[in-house]
Amino acid sequence: MEIEALKIQLTELLPSVTFEEGGEWLNVHVEPNDWKPFATQLKASAELYFDYLFCLTCVDWKSHLTMVYHLSSTKHRHTIVVKCKLDRTTPVVETVCDIWRTAEFHEREVFEMFGVEFKNHPDLRKLILPADWVGFPLRKDYEDPINMIKL
Amino acid sequence: MYHINELLNSDNTLKPSFVAMKESDDYTINIGPQHPATHGVLHLVITLNGETIKKVDPDLGFIHRSIEKMCESLSYRQYIYVTSRMDYLSSHINNHACALLVEKALQVEVPERAQYIRVIMDELTRIASHLLWWGAMAMDMGAFTPYFYAFRERELLTEIMEDTCGARLTMNYMVPGGVMHDPHEKFVYRVSKEFLPLLKSKLHEYEELVTGNIIFQNRVNGVGLLTYEDAISYGCSGPTARASGVRCDIRKLYPYDVYNKVQFEEVIETAGDSMARYMVRMNEIKQSISIIEQLIDNIPEGDFQAKTKAVLKLPKGEFYQRAETARGELGVFVVSEGGTTPYRIKFRSPGFSNLSCLDHITKGSKIGDLVASMGTLDLVIPDIDR
Repeated sequence: MEIEALKIQLTELLPSVTFEEGGEWLNVHVEPNDWKPFATQLKASAELYFDYLFCLTCVDWKSHLTMVYHLSSTKHRHTIVVKCKLDRTTPVVETVCDIWRTAEFHEREVFEMFGVEFKNHPDLRKLILPADWVGFPLRKDYEDPINMIKL
Repeated sequence: MYHINELLNSDNTLKPSFVAMKESDDYTINIGPQHPATHGVLHLVITLNGETIKKVDPDLGFIHRSIEKMCESLSYRQYIYVTSRMDYLSSHINNHACALLVEKALQVEVPERAQYIRVIMDELTRIASHLLWWGAMAMDMGAFTPYFYAFRERELLTEIMEDTCGARLTMNYMVPGGVMHDPHEKFVYRVSKEFLPLLKSKLHEYEELVTGNIIFQNRVNGVGLLTYEDAISYGCSGPTARASGVRCDIRKLYPYDVYNKVQFEEVIETAGDSMARYMVRMNEIKQSISIIEQLIDNIPEGDFQAKTKAVLKLPKGEFYQRAETARGELGVFVVSEGGTTPYRIKFRSPGFSNLSCLDHITKGSKIGDLVASMGTLDLVIPDIDR
């Protein structure tokens, strides 16, 4: 589907979405509260049918955190990037691991590296770091006097 | 030990404090971190009911080096070298993806000669990786001989790599704009006259030794079933997803360099079990041979590297580049603030997503089948942990 057609479809699903172009794919900004119902519709809609979540990550912008979801459709071969701006002190967003099951591991990784809490996640534990690790290593202000190598 | 009077009431029923112990037949065992079947430091906590698997819980991080954080302080020339250490069996392809990302962001035109060399190197890496997987997977299932067969052919390949790149495993040969230097003067001869004829003459041995072996077939047929929908939902890619019928070959869908000029087939199986995953990889070796044969004698003359600035600065924005490694889709996601280093970098590694389906495909099967499922997923632990 072309970008303009995608925009019309996505606005029908959720009127409050905002778009940003310029990159390789269409960027879609949604509010954290709208994300879960919006995600459910993205997968359920026959015209859009975003069934493949191939990258889930987070970016620390020092003033806020941004969740980045790369979605594509194996049927229609179109791709969008959904972004969700989160508060840095109490970042909370609903999990999507019941829609795309690959999100379960990726969300656990973001949870330990950025401290984002995923509501209703079935098993939100540390995956890579030891259970007693303090701090969120991939945040920009993280300091570790012992293990960190400054280049 | 408990005395019988401590355990049982007078009517031979268990005392209340021991009832819970009896009712829970769950038994937890640990595979790894040091275990020959995990090929690296992967720790699996397995909950069993008798011999049947109830849950597989991977515990990662034993070889986590935080490559993503490290790359935030490395320049766009330096960060390529770190990625050789992620999926060390397809290091050329990791380097390729990173080089492609920088070229895409800076709109560098890569000379055709460099494109040819890169694709040949990629496919040689894929063959080497699949050969090693084949030997190691057979060894997991108790057959020791295939391991030596695979390494016999792979040895020549690593020698060819050593001639050109100076390294046998972490090649670091691809740079933004092309390759680091011309291949060794005997490279074309050794690949087309020594390696390819040798491999083609030995492929039938692999088929006879393992593929057609009835013991092996009984171990893998119908084991570790992954359906088409689940493969997509779990974000699987590469041979793991293609064995379930998902068309996901990046070389076909989003061709880079000269992949759109060569003729090859995307290997698809629909059974979704361990045998299908095995067959996809075996047939991919043949496709890789075909790709190399089309390119190796036609490498055009010219520069091996485009002229780029000494200090690379990516424009402000976000870039995503993918490449098909031996294990699946490697995605490099770079957020640039316009400086010489990435602001944030994320490696979407194929192993991480492929591992996430392990619990699903082994649930309800016997513990002996776990090794067959895990072996055909082709996990490389540094790729998962990063």
